[in-house]
Amino acid sequence: MKIHSGTARSKKKGISYAKWGYIFLLPFFVVFVIFQLIPLISTVYYSFFQYFRKGLQIVGPNFIGMQNYAKLFATDLPKYFQNTLLLWVVGFIPQIFFSLLLAAWFTSSRLHLRGQRFFKTVIYMPNLIMAAAFSMLFFALFSDNGPVNGTLISMGLIKQPIRFLASVSGTRGLIAFMNFMMWFGNTTILLMAAIMGINPCLFEAAQIDGASGNQMFWHITMPLIRPIMAYVLITSLIGGLQMFDVPQILTDGTGSPDRTSMTMVMYINNHMFSKNYGMAGATSTVLFILCAILCLLVYFVMTKGSRDQEVS
Amino acid sequence: MTDTVAASQNGKKRKKAKSPARFGCYVVLVILCFLCLFFFYMLIINSTHNTFQIQKGFTFLPGRSFGSNFRNLMNNSDIPVISGIINSLIVSALSAVLSIYFSTMTAYGIFAYNFKFRKAAFTIILLIMTMPTQISAVGFVTQMQAMHLRNSLIPLFLPSIAAPIVVFFMKQYMDSSLPVEIIEAARIDGSGEFNTFNTIILPIMKPALAVQAIFVFVAAWNNYFIPALLLDSANKKTLPILIAQLRSADFLKFDMGQVYMLISIAIIPVIIVYLFLSKYIVQGVSLGSVKG
Repeated sequence: MKIHSGTARSKKKGISYAKWGYIFLLPFFVVFVIFQLIPLISTVYYSFFQYFRKGLQIVGPNFIGMQNYAKLFATDLPKYFQNTLLLWVVGFIPQIFFSLLLAAWFTSSRLHLRGQRFFKTVIYMPNLIMAAAFSMLFFALFSDNGPVNGTLISMGLIKQPIRFLASVSGTRGLIAFMNFMMWFGNTTILLMAAIMGINPCLFEAAQIDGASGNQMFWHITMPLIRPIMAYVLITSLIGGLQMFDVPQILTDGTGSPDRTSMTMVMYINNHMFSKNYGMAGATSTVLFILCAILCLLVYFVMTKGSRDQEVS
Repeated sequence: MTDTVAASQNGKKRKKAKSPARFGCYVVLVILCFLCLFFFYMLIINSTHNTFQIQKGFTFLPGRSFGSNFRNLMNNSDIPVISGIINSLIVSALSAVLSIYFSTMTAYGIFAYNFKFRKAAFTIILLIMTMPTQISAVGFVTQMQAMHLRNSLIPLFLPSIAAPIVVFFMKQYMDSSLPVEIIEAARIDGSGEFNTFNTIILPIMKPALAVQAIFVFVAAWNNYFIPALLLDSANKKTLPILIAQLRSADFLKFDMGQVYMLISIAIIPVIIVYLFLSKYIVQGVSLGSVKG
C-alpha cells in the first residue's frame, strides 16, 4: 500500500491532490463527531454515574465508579446477552444457508432457472416490511384468538387455542422466524451480486477441466465471494446485537414470558424510559465493547485471504 | 474437434441428469415464495375484513370492509396517520439522498486521493461500521435535548451523512469496478475534482447508488428505536411509533380491521419505491459484475 502510493506520487512530480482527500472526507467526519462520537463518549461517561429519576426528583449525576457495571453483571445482563445471541443464531443459520443455496442456484448456468426475477422480487419483499409492522402482524395472527388459532380450531386440529406467545419456544421461535424471513432475500441478492462479479472465464475453464458444480462452488465461488460474506456476516451480527423492534413489539417491551425474549437493547430502552441514564449507559458500553470485539474478530478472519494476496 | 464433440455430448447428458435437481430447486423456491407472500397476502386480505371475520380464521377472499376500515382509521383521533406518513416520507427520503451522496463522496475521497491519513480514515470508518446507533442512544437523546432538537425530525435524517456501512459498500464497489484511469482522463480534460465526482463518478456508480438508496430508505422508514425516544408530540410521530402505540393500547378492545389497515398503509409507500427501483437493483447486480 505504502510503496504503491509512493510511486504514484513520484510519477505526478509534485502535483498533489491530497487536500481534496480531506475535503471529500470532511462532511462525513464532522457529522460523525457531532452525532455519533460525542454521544458515544457521553454515554460511556454517564455509565460511571448514578443518574436516574425517582418520582419527580432527579438523583445525581453522582460519580460512583464501576457500581453500575457491578450491578449489571450481578443481575440481569448475562441473561439478556444470552437471549440476544440465541435469537440471532437461530435466525441466522437458516438465513445464510438458504441465501447461499439460492444465490448458487440463481447464478448457475447449468440449472438455468426460469422466473428468477419474480423469485428475487418476492423473497426480497419481507425485507421491505417495517419490522414493527411485521411483528405487529405476527402478534395479531398468532394471538390467542387470532386467525391462526381460529383456523386450527375450525379445522378440528386443536380444541383449545395454542398460546404461542405464552411459551418460551413459541415466542423465541416466532422472533427468529421473523428475522429469517426479513433478511434471507436481502442476503441472497448481495451474495448473487458477488457471485456474478466473478469472471465467467473461471467457471468456463473449470467446466472444460471437468469440474462438477459442487467443486466449482467450493473452490471458485466461495473463496471469491469472501469479502461479501464478511459484509453479510458483519452487518447481520450488528443487526443481531441491535435486535429490538421485533421482540419489543411482539412482547410489548416486556420480553415475556418471564423476560426470556428480552434483548439487550430492549433493556437499554426500558432504562431510557425510566430515565435511568447511568444503567442505560453502562449497558450500552458493555454492548459497544462486545460488538466491537466480535466484529473485529469476524473482520480479521474474513479478510485474512485478501491480505495475504496483497502482501505477495 | 473430437474434444468439442465429447464436451457437447457430455453437456447433453448432464442436462438430462439435472432435470430432477431443477425440479427440486423449483419446489424449494415455491415454498419460500409462498411463505413470503402468505403473510403479506393475509395482511392485505385482513385489512378488507371486519374484526369478527378476522378472528374466525384465514380466508383467501377479500371482504367488503376495506372502505369502512379506512374511514375508521382516518377518523381515529388517537392515531395521526396522515402526519405519520408525511413525517416518515420526509425522514426516509432525506436520509437516502444525504446518505448515498455523502457516503459515495467519502468513499471516493479515500479511493481517489493519496493523503497522509487515508489509511487511518478508512480504518476508522471500518471500525465505526461495527457501532450500532443504539449504543450511543443515551448520549444522543440527552444531547438532542440540549440542542433543542427533541421533537424535531432533523436528528432523524441529518446523521445519515455519516453512514459507514454505505461508505464501505461504495468503496468495495469502486475497488472492483471503477477504473482509476477515468479520473486521470478527466483531469487531463481539465475537469475539476468536484465536477469529476458529480458528473463522471456518480453516474458510473448509479447501480450501487440505487441499491444503497433502497437499503437506507427502508432502514430509515423502519427505524423505530431512536424516533420513539425522541418524538413525543403527536404531529411529529412517524409510522413505526404509531404501530407501537397500537400494540400498547388495550389490544383486544381494538378494531382489528384498523390494525391491519394501519400495517398495510405503513408498507405500501415502500413497495411503490421498490417497484420503481427494483429494475435498478437487478441491473445493478448484473452491471456490477462487468469489470473494467
